[in-house]
Amino acid sequence: MAADTREPSVFQRFMVSELAHNWRRSASAIAGTVIIISFIVLVTAGPYLTAQNPYDVRQLDIMEAFKPPVWLEGGTAQYLLGTDQQGRDVWASIVYGSRISLFIGLVAMLGSVLIGATLGLIAGYYGGKLDAIIMRIADIQLSFPSVLIALFLMSAFGTGVDKVLIALISVGWVVYARTVRGATLREKSREYVQAARVSGLPNSKIIFKHVLPNVLTPLIVIATIQVGTFILIEASLSFLGVGVPITQPSLGLLIKNGFDVLFSGLWWISVFPGLFIMLIVFGINLLGDFLRDELNPRLK
Amino acid sequence: MVERDAPLLSVRGLKTWFHTFGGVVKAVDGVSFDLAPGEILGIVGESGGGKSMVGFSIMGLIDRPGRIEAGEIVFDGRELTKLDDEAMQGIRGRQIAMIFQDPMTALNPLYTIGNQLEEMLTLHTDLGPEARRVRCIEMLTEVGIPQPEDRLNAYPHQFSGGMRQRVVIAIAMIAGPRLLIADEPTTALDVTIQAQLLRLMKAQVEQRRTALILITHDLAAVSQMADRIVVLYCGRVVEIGSTAALIAGPRHPYTRGLLDSIPANHQGRSRLPQIPGTVPDIRKLPVGCSFAPRCPRAEPRCHADAPMLVTDRTGRAYACHFPLEDTA
Repeated sequence: MAADTREPSVFQRFMVSELAHNWRRSASAIAGTVIIISFIVLVTAGPYLTAQNPYDVRQLDIMEAFKPPVWLEGGTAQYLLGTDQQGRDVWASIVYGSRISLFIGLVAMLGSVLIGATLGLIAGYYGGKLDAIIMRIADIQLSFPSVLIALFLMSAFGTGVDKVLIALISVGWVVYARTVRGATLREKSREYVQAARVSGLPNSKIIFKHVLPNVLTPLIVIATIQVGTFILIEASLSFLGVGVPITQPSLGLLIKNGFDVLFSGLWWISVFPGLFIMLIVFGINLLGDFLRDELNPRLK
Repeated sequence: MVERDAPLLSVRGLKTWFHTFGGVVKAVDGVSFDLAPGEILGIVGESGGGKSMVGFSIMGLIDRPGRIEAGEIVFDGRELTKLDDEAMQGIRGRQIAMIFQDPMTALNPLYTIGNQLEEMLTLHTDLGPEARRVRCIEMLTEVGIPQPEDRLNAYPHQFSGGMRQRVVIAIAMIAGPRLLIADEPTTALDVTIQAQLLRLMKAQVEQRRTALILITHDLAAVSQMADRIVVLYCGRVVEIGSTAALIAGPRHPYTRGLLDSIPANHQGRSRLPQIPGTVPDIRKLPVGCSFAPRCPRAEPRCHADAPMLVTDRTGRAYACHFPLEDTA
């Protein structure tokens, strides 16, 4: 429509917003963003950045096993960060492993948001018995650690990325359900929700068009930080052997692989994946903290 | 009784109670009134008198722990208390609209005015996108918003309180409802623009022959607007009458008290008269007349049995054992 040409685009509006302004002035927010974007580039362009596909057995050479990083004696430029027991390039393993770690973190977060926010909206908006049932289930969920749920799933169905996701989501949704329920209760008493009700809008439309956008802010903050948390939990699960299978190794599984030989002086196989986990979680938390400070009106 | 058209809305013996931990709150306890098409009815009373709950009951929006215990609400021949939620959605907004006290929170902060106006048309009419836009601009012009084409793209925070309430009125009226319920529509506004908005509302409903229920504690505002007035006290009707008669000669001491406490009626006096005491805890109402503890005319009988609403030959009704003299 012609009238819309005067309206600035969403991007233009974002660039002049207070959020963008404060972002430009916050070193830690910029650092967090740079780290996250580097990781995204790393995992998407992954196969082009590494000479070797560490999970193609034909490309592996057992004679190349246990090579140290390039700056140590015996290291070669071909394997910047050394190789593991089977002659896998540690750098290539990290690139492929980050892919799985980041994928699990993001998908588990999206799944948790979707389930948690929906249940939270329903509980908060309708109240009564439905609310009581949903929130009691949430309480029960909180008393199960994700490790226990992963163990149950593993023993019943075997390992797999999907089982890890289920284990993470079944614990992760609770925090969204609680946050969204609280925010929904607050928004519900606002007159614009009453006004939407007296306008004859169906409940589903009131919930998703009017209530949801007004409870998104706390959601965005928690979701950002939770990606980091999920990557860490997944790493612990994999380290304990109840995480991803060996055919789809995440950063956590790489640490476990190197752990057996860690005390023989072959430290690089475990330590480098560990450093990368630290780096990505650090980056996510930097950005998450910035968003929390910016989007939470109470901290202003 | 004066002959009138068949009522558009007829409320009979409405009881809306809230079952709380501390006891049953009888927010509306046996309220009856009729409303003719195009009529303006004022419902007045102090805070906590159950005024708003009458409006919400008609809308079918009583939330737990509240419930309509008894009574009928017949709108245009349909008994609203018996309709399910889906049928009520067809009535809300299209047949009966409602506006609220606080224009600051009655609009969703995240959507433009145009979006919120258009939502009503999408929901309640078959108009196409261009026709909807034209209708929205017309409506904003009608309620006195300057440059309506530009203002369609503005967000609620870009409007002043009075302008927002104009937008709220536009949203309520755009689907052409037959009844508008206004719950304290000017209370949150600057005194200087209250009268403007009341005039705007009156013009809007008269032009479309929309009936209006004006719920307020401001008897002065109601007396300039309404054809008839219902006075509520503790969830019960204490007096009903035509505005002129009720203002000129109230029969119930509570109505008298409300009238006396309007500043304009007492210019020159050193101290504004007020009704002594406060509204009693609605969970522990006195046995007799609920107004008796505050009533200057109360006698032993008032504390023993509650007076019934009696209608006199002019159509005035009041619930009092010892009514004030008929001066009308």
